[in-house]
Amino acid sequence: MSKILIIAEHDGGKLNASTAKSVTCAARIAGATIDVAVLAADAAAIAAEAAALAGVSKVLVVENPANKEPLAAVLAPQIAKLAAGYTHVFGPSTTFGKDVMPRVAALLGVSQVSDIMAVDGSHTFKRPIYAGNAILTVEAPAGAPVVATVRVASFEAAAAGGSASIEKVDTGAALPSHTRFVSRSGASTGRPDLQSAAKVVSGGRALGSAENFKLIYSLADKLGAAVGASRAAVDAGYVPNDLQVGQTGKIIAPQVYFAIGISGAIQHMTGIKDARTIVAINKDGEAPIFESADIGLVGDLFTIVPELEKALG
Amino acid sequence: MRRIMVGVKRVVDYNVRIRVKPDNTGVITEGVKMSINPFDEIALEQALRIKEQGLADEVLAVSIGPGDTQQQLRTALAMGADRAILVQTDAAVAPLTIAKILQKIAEAEQPFLTLLGKQAIDDDNGQTAQMLAALLDRPQAMSCSKVDITDGKATVTREVDSGLETLEVDLPAVLSVDLRLNEPRYVKLPDIMKAKKKPLDIKTVADYGVTEGAAFKTVKVDPPPSRQKGIIVKDVAELVGVLKQKGLI
Repeated sequence: MSKILIIAEHDGGKLNASTAKSVTCAARIAGATIDVAVLAADAAAIAAEAAALAGVSKVLVVENPANKEPLAAVLAPQIAKLAAGYTHVFGPSTTFGKDVMPRVAALLGVSQVSDIMAVDGSHTFKRPIYAGNAILTVEAPAGAPVVATVRVASFEAAAAGGSASIEKVDTGAALPSHTRFVSRSGASTGRPDLQSAAKVVSGGRALGSAENFKLIYSLADKLGAAVGASRAAVDAGYVPNDLQVGQTGKIIAPQVYFAIGISGAIQHMTGIKDARTIVAINKDGEAPIFESADIGLVGDLFTIVPELEKALG
Repeated sequence: MRRIMVGVKRVVDYNVRIRVKPDNTGVITEGVKMSINPFDEIALEQALRIKEQGLADEVLAVSIGPGDTQQQLRTALAMGADRAILVQTDAAVAPLTIAKILQKIAEAEQPFLTLLGKQAIDDDNGQTAQMLAALLDRPQAMSCSKVDITDGKATVTREVDSGLETLEVDLPAVLSVDLRLNEPRYVKLPDIMKAKKKPLDIKTVADYGVTEGAAFKTVKVDPPPSRQKGIIVKDVAELVGVLKQKGLI
């Protein structure tokens, strides 16, 4: 019988959608009981959201001013204490989960299953290796806790409609003071979130400048889409790093992905493998992006993008 | 001695198009170009820059892997590392075991800073740095794109999903590095000659008293599912038509 604890990701006030996706992954394990742990300074609103996720039995709340910012060194010892009695501890494979979960795994004396993309059994999972160019089916040893991160692009969010109980917990873990939060910068753009958007418009090196990237923003706004970029566009300074889609950026699964002026390097394609429909616009008809695109249009993006925007009314 | 320890992993080169073995037991690595994991190369570059700023005395490159890993460690020495340790093993070593070996080396060598790549581009686990920090009970900062060392502290900027996060950590600490931290230097021929004379110690896993716990089992390795071949449209009007038909706009 699997008893799974999911570590909630949140911004201090709201639950991140990655948590509901992790719940869906956990629910693929037959007969699992699923609890969610919320570690925060002020957890009430976040815990209420977690309790409303279908399939969740119980929400464990650990409130502590030290949990205001998600510092792995502070959170991990508390999570390790909470893990007692659970067969599995899952977190999302976002920068939050990638930071904290391996630290939890080490404290529990196990290696981690990184980036679960499919569940084959209580201890058997599929995960991408070599930037998604191979899929590993791995079996974690029985009798030890399974610590894992969940590739959020591979799972739909669990629906609302649950009514889990909420329980306050004091872990008694000793917390270090050697790591201090200084600041966080990140634009609130008013656009849909890249990680969870149904539509994404991405631009690549062919845009040529930050100024020209306005074409991408403009088309995205017309479509109600999030904006993404290839690594080349980020490295060239056209857009900030948090827009990067690909192996070392965000791995996303929108309904439709527009790759504009993106050649389609393997590392980029890794980030959009789960996109439902890929639309490629590129002047080079031989670009690798056309091998993976569902719909391709060969031509100059500087003509096509404004024309497309106009055609959308 | 103000020492920086850098983890170096031997991996299939970034530019190799990997192929899954026909018997699904792994990927083909025979006859394939091997290199330093690109993220580890960035970690090494950062260590060298910190030393060049006069903030460290020695850069120690450490690897765990087969005998041929000496090639990558010689490259690390040619880049500027002062000495290297290879913990030689032909076995596949789990991230926790790697972290335990690095822990033993760190306890013996007492680096004030340990730099690792944020992930290896072969198994994409992304675990070792966090685990090492946990085992040493030291601060961690992952996916760093900026590192400043001052007065026994490191101020680091991390790349996170929502943008950039800045942390201050007490030293010693374990940091993992991201792509945008720096551009690694090229190795020059005279440096390759010099590197041949630098110390490279060969050790075994048993030397560190670390035993592999219950191991993960590889059930199989498959190629990724391929996408169906798409269509090419001739102009914007046709594109809009197809998108509408699919209910995407």
